[in-house]
Amino acid sequence: MTSALSIRQLTKTYNNGFQALHGIDLDVAEGDFFALLGPNGAGKSTTIGIISTLVNKTGGTVNVFGHDLDREPSALKRCLGVVPQEFNFNQFEKVFDIVVTQAGYYGIPARIARERAEQYLKQLGLWDKRNVPSRELSGGMKRRLMIARALVHQPRLLILDEPTAGVDIELRRSMWSFLTELNRQGITIILTTHYLEEAEQLCRNIGIIDHGRIVENTSMKELLKKLHVETFLLDLKESLLVPPQLLGYPAQLLDHHTLEVQVEKSQGITELFRQLAQQHIEVLSLRNKTNRLEELFVSLVEKNLAKVAV
Amino acid sequence: MNTTYLNTEFAANLVALRTIVYREIRRFTRIWPQTLLPPAITMVLYFVIFGNLIGRQIGDMGGFSYMEYIVPGLIMMSVITNSYGNVVSSFFGSKFQRNVEELLVSPVSPHTILIGFVVGGVLRGLAVGLIVTLLSLFFTHLQVHHLGVTVLVVLLTATIFSLGGFVNAVFARNFDDISIIPTFVLTPLTYLGGVFYSIALLPPFWQTVSLVNPILHMVNAFRYGILGVSDIRIGVAIAFMLAATAVLYGVCIRLLIGGRGMRQ
Repeated sequence: MTSALSIRQLTKTYNNGFQALHGIDLDVAEGDFFALLGPNGAGKSTTIGIISTLVNKTGGTVNVFGHDLDREPSALKRCLGVVPQEFNFNQFEKVFDIVVTQAGYYGIPARIARERAEQYLKQLGLWDKRNVPSRELSGGMKRRLMIARALVHQPRLLILDEPTAGVDIELRRSMWSFLTELNRQGITIILTTHYLEEAEQLCRNIGIIDHGRIVENTSMKELLKKLHVETFLLDLKESLLVPPQLLGYPAQLLDHHTLEVQVEKSQGITELFRQLAQQHIEVLSLRNKTNRLEELFVSLVEKNLAKVAV
Repeated sequence: MNTTYLNTEFAANLVALRTIVYREIRRFTRIWPQTLLPPAITMVLYFVIFGNLIGRQIGDMGGFSYMEYIVPGLIMMSVITNSYGNVVSSFFGSKFQRNVEELLVSPVSPHTILIGFVVGGVLRGLAVGLIVTLLSLFFTHLQVHHLGVTVLVVLLTATIFSLGGFVNAVFARNFDDISIIPTFVLTPLTYLGGVFYSIALLPPFWQTVSLVNPILHMVNAFRYGILGVSDIRIGVAIAFMLAATAVLYGVCIRLLIGGRGMRQ
Protein backbone atom coordinates (compact mmCIF):
# COMPACT_ATOMS: atom_id res chain seq x y z
CA MET A 1 0.00 0.00 0.00
CA THR A 2 1.24 3.53 -0.79
CA SER A 3 2.50 5.52 2.12
CA ALA A 4 0.57 8.74 2.73
CA LEU A 5 3.10 9.97 5.27
CA SER A 6 6.56 8.70 6.00
CA ILE A 7 8.76 10.35 8.61
CA ARG A 8 12.31 9.26 9.32
CA GLN A 9 14.59 10.36 12.15
CA LEU A 10 12.79 13.68 12.49
CA THR A 11 14.43 15.99 14.98
CA LYS A 12 13.62 19.50 16.13
CA THR A 13 15.56 21.70 18.49
CA TYR A 14 14.12 25.16 19.06
CA ASN A 15 16.29 28.27 19.27
CA ASN A 16 16.03 28.24 23.08
CA GLY A 17 17.73 24.82 23.06
CA PHE A 18 14.60 22.80 23.80
CA GLN A 19 14.64 19.53 21.88
CA ALA A 20 11.02 18.84 20.94
CA LEU A 21 11.60 15.78 18.74
CA HIS A 22 14.28 13.12 19.24
CA GLY A 23 14.45 11.39 15.84
CA ILE A 24 10.93 10.07 15.38
CA ASP A 25 9.89 7.55 12.72
CA LEU A 26 6.25 7.39 11.67
CA ASP A 27 4.36 5.77 8.79
CA VAL A 28 0.74 6.35 7.84
CA ALA A 29 -0.71 4.28 5.00
CA GLU A 30 -2.92 5.73 2.27
CA GLY A 31 -6.58 5.64 3.29
CA ASP A 32 -5.80 5.27 6.98
CA PHE A 33 -7.57 7.07 9.81
CA PHE A 34 -4.66 7.58 12.16
CA ALA A 35 -4.58 8.97 15.69
CA LEU A 36 -1.53 10.77 16.97
CA LEU A 37 -1.82 10.99 20.71
CA GLY A 38 0.35 12.44 23.39
CA PRO A 39 0.22 14.63 26.47
CA ASN A 40 0.65 18.40 26.21
CA GLY A 41 4.15 19.33 25.04
CA ALA A 42 4.84 15.81 23.74
CA GLY A 43 5.71 16.99 20.22
CA LYS A 44 2.42 16.48 18.35
CA SER A 45 2.02 20.07 17.19
CA THR A 46 5.75 20.35 16.36
CA THR A 47 5.44 17.26 14.16
CA ILE A 48 2.37 18.67 12.41
CA GLY A 49 4.07 22.06 12.12
CA ILE A 50 7.05 20.48 10.36
CA ILE A 51 4.87 18.48 7.96
CA SER A 52 2.92 21.63 7.06
CA THR A 53 6.18 23.67 6.77
CA LEU A 54 5.25 26.11 9.54
CA VAL A 55 8.11 24.80 11.67
CA ASN A 56 11.62 24.27 10.27
CA LYS A 57 12.97 20.84 11.10
CA THR A 58 16.45 20.35 12.50
CA GLY A 59 17.04 16.94 10.88
CA GLY A 60 15.40 13.93 9.28
CA THR A 61 13.05 13.51 6.34
CA VAL A 62 9.34 13.98 5.72
CA ASN A 63 7.58 12.42 2.77
CA VAL A 64 3.93 12.92 1.79
CA PHE A 65 2.67 10.63 -0.99
CA GLY A 66 6.25 10.26 -2.22
CA HIS A 67 7.00 14.00 -2.23
CA ASP A 68 9.99 14.95 -0.13
CA LEU A 69 9.62 18.07 2.02
CA ASP A 70 13.06 19.41 1.08
CA ARG A 71 13.04 18.59 -2.63
CA GLU A 72 9.37 19.00 -3.62
CA PRO A 73 7.72 21.24 -1.02
CA SER A 74 5.20 22.58 -3.51
CA ALA A 75 3.98 19.12 -4.60
CA LEU A 76 3.89 18.01 -0.96
CA LYS A 77 1.76 21.01 0.03
CA ARG A 78 -0.76 20.29 -2.73
CA CYS A 79 -1.41 16.84 -1.19
CA LEU A 80 -1.85 18.22 2.29
CA GLY A 81 -4.68 19.95 4.15
CA VAL A 82 -4.10 21.15 7.71
CA VAL A 83 -6.61 22.15 10.37
CA PRO A 84 -4.55 23.75 13.13
CA GLN A 85 -5.36 23.86 16.80
CA GLU A 86 -5.57 27.67 17.00
CA PHE A 87 -7.86 29.78 14.84
CA ASN A 88 -5.66 31.27 12.13
CA PHE A 89 -7.93 33.05 9.70
CA ASN A 90 -8.55 36.75 9.18
CA GLN A 91 -11.19 37.70 11.73
CA PHE A 92 -12.47 40.52 9.51
CA GLU A 93 -12.94 38.50 6.32
CA LYS A 94 -16.26 36.94 5.43
CA VAL A 95 -16.59 33.16 5.72
CA PHE A 96 -17.05 32.62 1.98
CA ASP A 97 -14.09 34.87 1.10
CA ILE A 98 -11.78 32.98 3.47
CA VAL A 99 -12.46 29.66 1.75
CA VAL A 100 -12.34 31.08 -1.80
CA THR A 101 -9.11 32.98 -1.08
CA GLN A 102 -7.46 29.82 0.26
CA ALA A 103 -8.40 28.01 -2.95
CA GLY A 104 -6.76 30.83 -4.90
CA TYR A 105 -3.49 30.28 -3.04
CA TYR A 106 -3.52 26.74 -4.46
CA GLY A 107 -4.00 28.08 -7.97
CA ILE A 108 -7.65 27.02 -8.22
CA PRO A 109 -9.51 29.32 -10.64
CA ALA A 110 -12.17 31.57 -9.07
CA ARG A 111 -15.22 29.82 -10.59
CA ILE A 112 -14.18 26.37 -9.32
CA ALA A 113 -13.10 27.89 -6.00
CA ARG A 114 -16.56 29.38 -5.49
CA GLU A 115 -18.27 26.08 -6.36
CA ARG A 116 -16.11 24.15 -3.92
CA ALA A 117 -16.53 26.76 -1.19
CA GLU A 118 -20.30 26.40 -1.57
CA GLN A 119 -20.04 22.60 -1.49
CA TYR A 120 -17.94 22.41 1.69
CA LEU A 121 -19.70 25.24 3.51
CA LYS A 122 -23.02 23.49 2.86
CA GLN A 123 -21.64 20.14 4.01
CA LEU A 124 -20.35 21.71 7.19
CA GLY A 125 -23.51 23.66 7.90
CA LEU A 126 -21.97 27.10 7.35
CA TRP A 127 -23.65 28.16 4.12
CA ASP A 128 -26.12 30.42 5.96
CA LYS A 129 -23.13 32.20 7.52
CA ARG A 130 -21.22 32.70 4.27
CA ASN A 131 -21.48 36.51 4.34
CA VAL A 132 -20.76 36.87 8.05
CA PRO A 133 -17.31 38.15 9.19
CA SER A 134 -15.54 35.14 10.69
CA ARG A 135 -15.11 36.81 14.09
CA GLU A 136 -18.89 36.59 14.59
CA LEU A 137 -18.93 32.78 14.37
CA SER A 138 -19.19 30.55 17.43
CA GLY A 139 -16.19 28.39 18.43
CA GLY A 140 -17.65 25.29 16.80
CA MET A 141 -18.42 27.17 13.58
CA LYS A 142 -14.86 28.52 13.48
CA ARG A 143 -13.52 24.95 13.71
CA ARG A 144 -15.79 23.88 10.85
CA LEU A 145 -14.66 26.87 8.82
CA MET A 146 -11.06 25.73 9.21
CA ILE A 147 -12.06 22.25 8.01
CA ALA A 148 -13.82 23.71 4.94
CA ARG A 149 -10.76 25.85 4.22
CA ALA A 150 -8.42 22.84 4.55
CA LEU A 151 -10.56 20.79 2.14
CA VAL A 152 -11.06 23.37 -0.62
CA HIS A 153 -8.03 22.21 -2.62
CA GLN A 154 -9.13 18.58 -2.14
CA PRO A 155 -6.06 17.24 -0.34
CA ARG A 156 -5.23 13.53 -0.20
CA LEU A 157 -3.99 13.81 3.37
CA LEU A 158 -5.91 15.80 5.98
CA ILE A 159 -4.27 16.55 9.31
CA LEU A 160 -6.48 17.80 12.13
CA ASP A 161 -4.89 19.10 15.31
CA GLU A 162 -7.52 18.70 18.04
CA PRO A 163 -10.46 19.54 15.77
CA THR A 164 -13.13 18.93 18.39
CA ALA A 165 -11.54 20.85 21.27
CA GLY A 166 -14.20 23.00 22.92
CA VAL A 167 -16.96 21.64 20.70
CA ASP A 168 -20.21 20.40 22.26
CA ILE A 169 -21.08 16.71 22.17
CA GLU A 170 -23.74 16.95 19.45
CA LEU A 171 -21.47 18.89 17.13
CA ARG A 172 -18.53 16.62 17.92
CA ARG A 173 -20.54 13.62 16.83
CA SER A 174 -21.62 15.30 13.59
CA MET A 175 -17.97 16.14 12.92
CA TRP A 176 -17.03 12.52 13.56
CA SER A 177 -19.51 11.33 10.96
CA PHE A 178 -18.29 13.99 8.51
CA LEU A 179 -14.67 12.89 8.98
CA THR A 180 -15.61 9.22 8.72
CA GLU A 181 -17.35 9.97 5.41
CA LEU A 182 -14.28 11.85 4.13
CA ASN A 183 -12.11 8.89 5.05
CA ARG A 184 -14.55 6.52 3.34
CA GLN A 185 -14.14 8.63 0.18
CA GLY A 186 -10.40 7.89 0.29
CA ILE A 187 -8.88 10.86 2.15
CA THR A 188 -6.19 9.78 4.59
CA ILE A 189 -6.78 11.42 7.95
CA ILE A 190 -4.39 12.06 10.82
CA LEU A 191 -6.01 13.27 13.99
CA THR A 192 -4.59 14.53 17.24
CA THR A 193 -7.03 14.69 20.07
CA HIS A 194 -7.34 14.83 23.81
CA TYR A 195 -10.58 12.87 23.66
CA LEU A 196 -9.31 9.31 23.68
CA GLU A 197 -12.82 8.04 23.10
CA GLU A 198 -12.69 9.96 19.82
CA ALA A 199 -9.48 8.21 18.75
CA GLU A 200 -10.85 4.81 19.74
CA GLN A 201 -14.09 5.35 17.82
CA LEU A 202 -12.64 6.85 14.65
CA CYS A 203 -9.10 5.64 14.11
CA ARG A 204 -7.77 2.33 12.83
CA ASN A 205 -4.13 2.98 13.72
CA ILE A 206 -2.46 4.93 16.43
CA GLY A 207 0.84 6.54 17.31
CA ILE A 208 1.60 7.69 20.82
CA ILE A 209 4.23 10.37 21.18
CA ASP A 210 5.76 11.47 24.45
CA HIS A 211 8.75 13.68 25.23
CA GLY A 212 9.51 13.85 21.50
CA ARG A 213 9.63 10.09 21.04
CA ILE A 214 7.16 7.66 19.49
CA VAL A 215 6.39 5.23 22.31
CA GLU A 216 3.80 3.20 20.40
CA ASN A 217 2.85 2.86 16.74
CA THR A 218 0.39 0.10 16.02
CA SER A 219 -3.21 -0.69 15.15
CA MET A 220 -5.95 0.30 17.57
CA LYS A 221 -6.95 -3.37 17.83
CA GLU A 222 -3.44 -4.49 18.77
CA LEU A 223 -3.08 -1.71 21.26
CA LEU A 224 -6.33 -2.50 23.01
CA LYS A 225 -5.28 -6.14 23.23
CA LYS A 226 -2.51 -5.00 25.54
CA LEU A 227 -5.06 -3.95 28.08
CA HIS A 228 -5.03 -6.71 30.71
CA VAL A 229 -7.37 -5.32 33.30
CA GLU A 230 -10.59 -3.42 32.90
CA THR A 231 -12.44 -1.65 35.67
CA PHE A 232 -16.24 -1.91 35.78
CA LEU A 233 -18.77 -0.01 37.80
CA LEU A 234 -21.85 -1.97 38.88
CA ASP A 235 -25.04 -0.22 39.98
CA LEU A 236 -26.62 -2.37 42.68
CA LYS A 237 -30.33 -2.76 43.35
CA GLU A 238 -29.95 -3.16 47.13
CA SER A 239 -27.57 -1.11 49.21
CA LEU A 240 -24.47 -2.75 50.68
CA LEU A 241 -22.53 -1.70 53.75
CA VAL A 242 -19.40 -3.79 53.11
CA PRO A 243 -17.99 -4.95 49.78
CA PRO A 244 -18.80 -8.58 48.89
CA GLN A 245 -16.06 -11.23 48.86
CA LEU A 246 -15.55 -12.03 45.15
CA LEU A 247 -12.90 -14.64 44.50
CA GLY A 248 -10.37 -13.37 41.91
CA TYR A 249 -12.13 -10.01 41.47
CA PRO A 250 -10.78 -7.16 43.62
CA ALA A 251 -13.77 -4.99 44.52
CA GLN A 252 -14.57 -1.92 46.53
CA LEU A 253 -17.70 0.07 47.28
CA LEU A 254 -17.73 3.63 45.97
CA ASP A 255 -21.03 4.22 47.74
CA HIS A 256 -23.76 1.94 49.10
CA HIS A 257 -25.12 1.30 45.59
CA THR A 258 -21.96 1.37 43.44
CA LEU A 259 -19.44 -1.43 43.32
CA GLU A 260 -16.10 -1.06 41.49
CA VAL A 261 -14.66 -4.35 40.26
CA GLN A 262 -11.40 -5.09 38.43
CA VAL A 263 -11.64 -7.83 35.83
CA GLU A 264 -8.68 -9.44 34.12
CA LYS A 265 -9.16 -10.06 30.40
CA SER A 266 -8.60 -13.80 30.79
CA GLN A 267 -11.32 -14.04 33.43
CA GLY A 268 -14.34 -12.55 31.67
CA ILE A 269 -17.39 -11.43 33.59
CA THR A 270 -19.55 -14.60 33.61
CA GLU A 271 -17.83 -15.90 36.75
CA LEU A 272 -18.21 -12.48 38.38
CA PHE A 273 -21.96 -12.53 37.83
CA ARG A 274 -22.18 -16.11 39.02
CA GLN A 275 -20.54 -15.15 42.33
CA LEU A 276 -22.76 -12.07 42.67
CA ALA A 277 -25.88 -14.20 42.05
CA GLN A 278 -24.70 -16.70 44.68
CA GLN A 279 -24.55 -13.85 47.20
CA HIS A 280 -28.00 -12.62 46.06
CA ILE A 281 -26.63 -9.31 44.84
CA GLU A 282 -28.70 -7.93 41.98
CA VAL A 283 -27.01 -5.68 39.42
CA LEU A 284 -29.08 -3.00 37.65
CA SER A 285 -26.45 -1.86 35.17
CA LEU A 286 -22.76 -2.15 34.28
CA ARG A 287 -20.33 0.33 32.70
CA ASN A 288 -16.61 0.90 32.12
CA LYS A 289 -15.06 3.15 34.75
CA THR A 290 -12.73 4.87 32.26
CA ASN A 291 -12.14 4.81 28.58
CA ARG A 292 -10.07 1.70 27.81
CA LEU A 293 -7.66 3.63 25.63
CA GLU A 294 -7.19 6.18 28.37
CA GLU A 295 -5.91 3.50 30.75
CA LEU A 296 -3.41 2.29 28.16
CA PHE A 297 -2.36 5.80 27.27
CA VAL A 298 -1.65 6.67 30.87
CA SER A 299 0.34 3.48 31.44
CA LEU A 300 2.43 4.00 28.27
CA VAL A 301 3.15 7.63 29.08
CA GLU A 302 4.04 6.75 32.67
CA LYS A 303 6.44 4.06 31.45
CA ASN A 304 8.11 6.53 29.11
CA LEU A 305 8.32 9.13 31.88
CA ALA A 306 10.21 6.59 34.00
CA LYS A 307 12.63 5.94 31.10
CA VAL A 308 13.19 9.66 30.51
CA ALA A 309 13.78 10.19 34.23
CA VAL A 310 16.40 7.38 34.24
CA MET B 1 10.72 18.40 -13.75
CA ASN B 2 8.94 18.72 -17.11
CA THR B 3 7.64 21.77 -18.96
CA THR B 4 3.98 20.95 -18.30
CA TYR B 5 4.65 20.91 -14.57
CA LEU B 6 6.46 24.24 -14.79
CA ASN B 7 3.61 25.72 -16.82
CA THR B 8 1.10 24.44 -14.29
CA GLU B 9 3.15 25.86 -11.43
CA PHE B 10 3.39 29.18 -13.26
CA ALA B 11 -0.35 29.27 -13.96
CA ALA B 12 -1.12 28.35 -10.34
CA ASN B 13 1.12 31.14 -9.10
CA LEU B 14 -0.61 33.62 -11.40
CA VAL B 15 -3.97 32.66 -9.89
CA ALA B 16 -2.43 32.97 -6.42
CA LEU B 17 -1.00 36.40 -7.28
CA ARG B 18 -4.39 37.60 -8.50
CA THR B 19 -5.93 36.23 -5.30
CA ILE B 20 -3.48 38.08 -3.04
CA VAL B 21 -3.85 41.35 -4.98
CA TYR B 22 -7.64 41.07 -4.99
CA ARG B 23 -7.60 40.37 -1.24
CA GLU B 24 -5.38 43.42 -0.65
CA ILE B 25 -7.68 45.66 -2.70
CA ARG B 26 -10.67 44.26 -0.82
CA ARG B 27 -8.91 45.06 2.48
CA PHE B 28 -8.09 48.70 1.81
CA THR B 29 -11.40 49.46 0.12
CA ARG B 30 -13.37 47.76 2.94
CA ILE B 31 -11.73 50.07 5.49
CA TRP B 32 -11.80 53.15 3.23
CA PRO B 33 -12.56 55.55 6.11
CA GLN B 34 -9.15 54.57 7.52
CA THR B 35 -7.24 54.26 4.25
CA LEU B 36 -8.60 56.55 1.53
CA LEU B 37 -10.48 59.30 3.34
CA PRO B 38 -7.88 60.62 5.86
CA PRO B 39 -5.17 61.43 3.27
CA ALA B 40 -7.79 63.25 1.17
CA ILE B 41 -8.80 65.43 4.13
CA THR B 42 -5.19 66.06 5.19
CA MET B 43 -4.14 67.08 1.69
CA VAL B 44 -7.11 69.43 1.26
CA LEU B 45 -5.98 71.14 4.51
CA TYR B 46 -2.42 71.40 3.13
CA PHE B 47 -3.74 72.91 -0.12
CA VAL B 48 -5.91 75.42 1.75
CA ILE B 49 -3.44 76.43 4.48
CA PHE B 50 0.01 76.10 2.89
CA GLY B 51 -0.83 76.46 -0.76
CA ASN B 52 -3.53 79.08 -0.57
CA LEU B 53 -3.24 81.15 2.60
CA ILE B 54 0.51 81.02 3.34
CA GLY B 55 1.53 80.39 -0.29
CA ARG B 56 0.08 83.73 -1.39
CA GLN B 57 2.51 85.49 0.97
CA ILE B 58 5.48 83.38 -0.23
CA GLY B 59 5.14 84.13 -3.91
CA ASP B 60 6.85 82.10 -6.67
CA MET B 61 9.19 79.14 -6.16
CA GLY B 62 11.23 77.62 -8.97
CA GLY B 63 9.33 79.78 -11.44
CA PHE B 64 5.87 78.49 -10.34
CA SER B 65 3.27 79.65 -7.85
CA TYR B 66 3.81 78.10 -4.41
CA MET B 67 0.62 76.06 -4.79
CA GLU B 68 1.82 74.61 -8.11
CA TYR B 69 5.22 73.94 -6.57
CA ILE B 70 3.97 71.93 -3.57
CA VAL B 71 1.30 69.86 -5.35
CA PRO B 72 3.76 67.24 -6.79
CA GLY B 73 5.45 66.94 -3.37
CA LEU B 74 2.13 66.44 -1.61
CA ILE B 75 1.05 63.80 -4.13
CA MET B 76 4.34 61.96 -3.51
CA MET B 77 3.93 62.30 0.24
CA SER B 78 0.55 60.55 -0.04
CA VAL B 79 1.95 57.81 -2.26
CA ILE B 80 4.89 57.18 0.11
CA THR B 81 2.91 57.02 3.34
CA ASN B 82 0.07 54.96 1.89
CA SER B 83 2.09 52.36 0.01
CA TYR B 84 4.29 51.87 3.09
CA GLY B 85 1.31 51.87 5.45
CA ASN B 86 -0.67 49.39 3.39
CA VAL B 87 1.99 46.68 3.33
CA VAL B 88 3.20 47.14 6.89
CA SER B 89 -0.29 46.97 8.37
CA SER B 90 -1.58 44.23 6.08
CA PHE B 91 1.40 41.90 6.48
CA PHE B 92 1.81 42.55 10.19
CA GLY B 93 -1.94 42.03 10.59
CA SER B 94 -1.58 38.66 8.83
CA LYS B 95 1.22 37.73 11.21
CA PHE B 96 -0.69 38.96 14.25
CA GLN B 97 -3.87 37.04 13.37
CA ARG B 98 -1.71 34.15 12.14
CA ASN B 99 -3.56 34.03 8.81
CA VAL B 100 -0.14 34.39 7.15
CA GLU B 101 -0.06 30.63 7.81
CA GLU B 102 -2.72 30.25 5.11
CA LEU B 103 -0.09 31.42 2.64
CA LEU B 104 2.83 29.56 4.18
CA VAL B 105 1.13 26.13 4.09
CA SER B 106 0.05 26.64 0.48
CA PRO B 107 2.31 25.98 -2.53
CA VAL B 108 2.41 29.66 -3.53
CA SER B 109 6.01 30.77 -4.10
CA PRO B 110 7.67 33.40 -1.86
CA HIS B 111 8.10 35.65 -4.93
CA THR B 112 4.36 35.52 -5.58
CA ILE B 113 3.59 36.36 -1.94
CA LEU B 114 5.98 39.31 -1.97
CA ILE B 115 4.84 40.64 -5.35
CA GLY B 116 1.20 40.28 -4.24
CA PHE B 117 1.70 42.39 -1.12
CA VAL B 118 3.82 44.95 -3.01
CA VAL B 119 1.24 45.30 -5.79
CA GLY B 120 -1.39 45.82 -3.08
CA GLY B 121 0.74 48.59 -1.55
CA VAL B 122 1.44 50.20 -4.92
CA LEU B 123 -2.27 50.16 -5.81
CA ARG B 124 -3.25 51.86 -2.56
CA GLY B 125 -0.44 54.40 -3.05
CA LEU B 126 -1.67 55.09 -6.58
CA ALA B 127 -5.32 55.24 -5.51
CA VAL B 128 -4.56 57.84 -2.84
CA GLY B 129 -2.18 59.66 -5.22
CA LEU B 130 -4.99 59.86 -7.78
CA ILE B 131 -7.49 61.13 -5.19
CA VAL B 132 -5.01 63.84 -4.08
CA THR B 133 -4.28 64.76 -7.72
CA LEU B 134 -8.00 65.15 -8.45
CA LEU B 135 -8.47 67.25 -5.31
CA SER B 136 -5.52 69.47 -6.26
CA LEU B 137 -7.37 70.39 -9.47
CA PHE B 138 -9.80 72.37 -7.33
CA PHE B 139 -6.90 74.59 -6.23
CA THR B 140 -4.52 74.81 -9.18
CA HIS B 141 -3.99 74.01 -12.82
CA LEU B 142 -1.90 70.85 -13.31
CA GLN B 143 0.08 69.96 -16.41
CA VAL B 144 2.37 67.02 -17.03
CA HIS B 145 5.77 68.00 -18.37
CA HIS B 146 7.09 64.45 -18.92
CA LEU B 147 4.52 61.62 -18.64
CA GLY B 148 7.12 58.80 -18.79
CA VAL B 149 9.20 60.20 -15.91
CA THR B 150 6.06 60.94 -13.87
CA VAL B 151 4.68 57.40 -14.19
CA LEU B 152 8.06 55.69 -13.71
CA VAL B 153 8.92 57.73 -10.63
CA VAL B 154 5.56 57.25 -8.95
CA LEU B 155 5.63 53.50 -9.62
CA LEU B 156 9.21 53.09 -8.38
CA THR B 157 8.53 55.18 -5.28
CA ALA B 158 5.40 53.22 -4.40
CA THR B 159 7.29 49.95 -4.96
CA ILE B 160 10.25 51.00 -2.80
CA PHE B 161 8.04 52.03 0.10
CA SER B 162 5.86 48.93 -0.22
CA LEU B 163 9.03 46.83 0.07
CA GLY B 164 10.16 48.97 2.99
CA GLY B 165 6.79 48.38 4.67
CA PHE B 166 7.26 44.65 4.17
CA VAL B 167 10.66 44.67 5.91
CA ASN B 168 9.15 46.64 8.80
CA ALA B 169 6.26 44.16 9.07
CA VAL B 170 8.58 41.15 9.12
CA PHE B 171 10.62 42.55 12.03
CA ALA B 172 7.66 44.04 13.91
CA ARG B 173 6.60 42.20 17.05
CA ASN B 174 3.78 44.48 18.13
CA PHE B 175 1.69 47.37 16.86
CA ASP B 176 4.15 49.93 18.28
CA ASP B 177 6.84 48.52 16.00
CA ILE B 178 4.81 49.30 12.88
CA SER B 179 4.37 52.95 13.81
CA ILE B 180 7.97 53.71 14.84
CA ILE B 181 9.44 53.90 11.33
CA PRO B 182 6.61 56.00 9.81
CA THR B 183 6.65 58.41 12.77
CA PHE B 184 10.36 58.80 13.44
CA VAL B 185 11.89 58.16 10.01
CA LEU B 186 9.43 58.57 7.14
CA THR B 187 7.65 61.73 8.31
CA PRO B 188 10.83 63.75 9.06
CA LEU B 189 12.48 62.59 5.81
CA THR B 190 9.36 63.51 3.83
CA TYR B 191 9.05 66.97 5.40
CA LEU B 192 12.78 67.56 4.85
CA GLY B 193 12.59 66.03 1.36
CA GLY B 194 11.74 69.19 -0.52
CA VAL B 195 7.98 68.77 -0.45
CA PHE B 196 7.42 72.35 0.71
CA TYR B 197 10.60 74.08 -0.45
CA SER B 198 13.45 74.06 -2.91
CA ILE B 199 16.77 73.08 -1.34
CA ALA B 200 18.21 76.10 -3.16
CA LEU B 201 16.77 78.08 -0.21
CA LEU B 202 19.05 76.23 2.23
CA PRO B 203 22.65 77.18 3.15
CA PRO B 204 25.22 75.14 1.12
CA PHE B 205 25.99 72.78 4.03
CA TRP B 206 22.34 71.80 4.49
CA GLN B 207 21.91 71.49 0.73
CA THR B 208 24.65 68.83 0.75
CA VAL B 209 23.13 67.09 3.80
CA SER B 210 19.73 67.07 2.08
CA LEU B 211 21.16 65.13 -0.85
CA VAL B 212 21.50 61.98 1.27
CA ASN B 213 17.75 62.03 1.88
CA PRO B 214 16.31 59.54 -0.65
CA ILE B 215 12.87 61.12 -0.51
CA LEU B 216 14.35 64.40 -1.82
CA HIS B 217 15.35 62.57 -5.02
CA MET B 218 11.94 60.98 -5.44
CA VAL B 219 10.00 64.19 -4.81
CA ASN B 220 12.21 66.18 -7.17
CA ALA B 221 12.12 63.54 -9.90
CA PHE B 222 8.31 63.53 -9.68
CA ARG B 223 8.24 67.35 -9.65
CA TYR B 224 10.36 67.27 -12.79
CA GLY B 225 7.80 64.97 -14.43
CA ILE B 226 4.97 67.38 -13.58
CA LEU B 227 6.56 70.84 -13.71
CA GLY B 228 9.88 70.28 -15.49
CA VAL B 229 11.94 71.70 -12.59
CA SER B 230 14.16 69.81 -10.16
CA ASP B 231 16.88 70.41 -7.54
CA ILE B 232 18.64 67.15 -8.49
CA ARG B 233 19.70 65.18 -11.58
CA ILE B 234 16.83 62.99 -12.83
CA GLY B 235 19.08 60.23 -14.18
CA VAL B 236 20.79 59.84 -10.82
CA ALA B 237 17.44 59.79 -8.99
CA ILE B 238 15.99 57.09 -11.26
CA ALA B 239 19.16 54.98 -11.09
CA PHE B 240 19.08 55.27 -7.31
CA MET B 241 15.43 54.20 -7.22
CA LEU B 242 16.06 51.19 -9.46
CA ALA B 243 18.99 50.11 -7.27
CA ALA B 244 16.94 50.61 -4.08
CA THR B 245 14.11 48.51 -5.54
CA ALA B 246 16.50 45.67 -6.41
CA VAL B 247 18.25 45.70 -3.02
CA LEU B 248 15.02 45.88 -1.03
CA TYR B 249 13.45 43.10 -3.11
CA GLY B 250 16.47 40.92 -2.37
CA VAL B 251 16.23 41.63 1.36
CA CYS B 252 12.47 40.94 1.44
CA ILE B 253 12.66 37.67 -0.46
CA ARG B 254 15.48 36.48 1.80
CA LEU B 255 13.41 37.26 4.88
CA LEU B 256 10.38 35.52 3.41
CA ILE B 257 12.23 32.35 2.38
CA GLY B 258 13.96 32.21 5.76
CA GLY B 259 10.55 32.59 7.40
CA ARG B 260 11.83 35.16 9.89
CA GLY B 261 9.11 35.94 12.41
CA MET B 262 6.79 33.48 10.68
CA ARG B 263 8.34 30.01 10.92
CA GLN B 264 9.78 28.61 14.16
